[in-house]
Amino acid sequence: MSNHKIEPNQWIDLYSDYLFNYTISRVSDREKAQDLVQDTFLAGLKSMKNFKGEASERTWLISILKRKIIDHYRKSNSKKGKAEVRINYNDSESEGDWLEERVADPFDKTAQDSLENNELGDAIHKCLDKLPKKQAKVFKMKTILEYETEVICNDLNITASNLWVIIHRARTGMADCLKENWF
Amino acid sequence: MSKKNKIFIPCEEANHVCDKNQYKEASLLEMIKLNIHLIYCRVCRKYTANNTKLTKALKKSEVKHLDTSAKNNMKKDFDKALKELNN
Repeated sequence: MSNHKIEPNQWIDLYSDYLFNYTISRVSDREKAQDLVQDTFLAGLKSMKNFKGEASERTWLISILKRKIIDHYRKSNSKKGKAEVRINYNDSESEGDWLEERVADPFDKTAQDSLENNELGDAIHKCLDKLPKKQAKVFKMKTILEYETEVICNDLNITASNLWVIIHRARTGMADCLKENWF
Repeated sequence: MSKKNKIFIPCEEANHVCDKNQYKEASLLEMIKLNIHLIYCRVCRKYTANNTKLTKALKKSEVKHLDTSAKNNMKKDFDKALKELNN
């Protein structure tokens, strides 16, 4: 059963992006999300003994992260003045009109949409994991973080044409992988 | 660019322009050449279609990642904690 080992040295490289993406779709504040991911790693480190190896490391870390997110909302709710989320009514007459709250927000994403997006995000992460490390790294920097070509080249010490070859291979790999898993 | 400016480009170059175009970095001339190439090259048409699809999927998924500096900071803190734990 316990064939999952714990390897904290690799956590940040392997899981930080996944955890961050998970957090940001729930907290929607970059800095806060970053802090939560950081907390999760540290908490995971502390309770490493409790890791039984029944689930994969990532699942285990996600379960810690979920707790952290809940704690975050609890904390921000208990602060004075933010005790409850109130919808601002335009005039006092409509105050307490509960029906208005029930009307669906047309600007809100439908549940179906966000569900599909979550699945797509998972598929993308799965495919990124399958790519060779260097390809994945360059592809992430270019496509998801949207860095300039020059910045990446300087950062990783590669030439521009080198970069484009890597990007090309990564894109082909991603397209093939996603074709199987998603399209 | 050491090569002469040709209107007809090989598939390799067409793919390269297509990749660049996914990040909006292809020049107008390159785009024209790519489109001319796509008229007669079925393989590249398919590649371009797939590539565009991939870009759209990535955009739609709104996957967000940590930037490198933040990750490095995180690593530093984490390593410190790891060392403390081992000592």
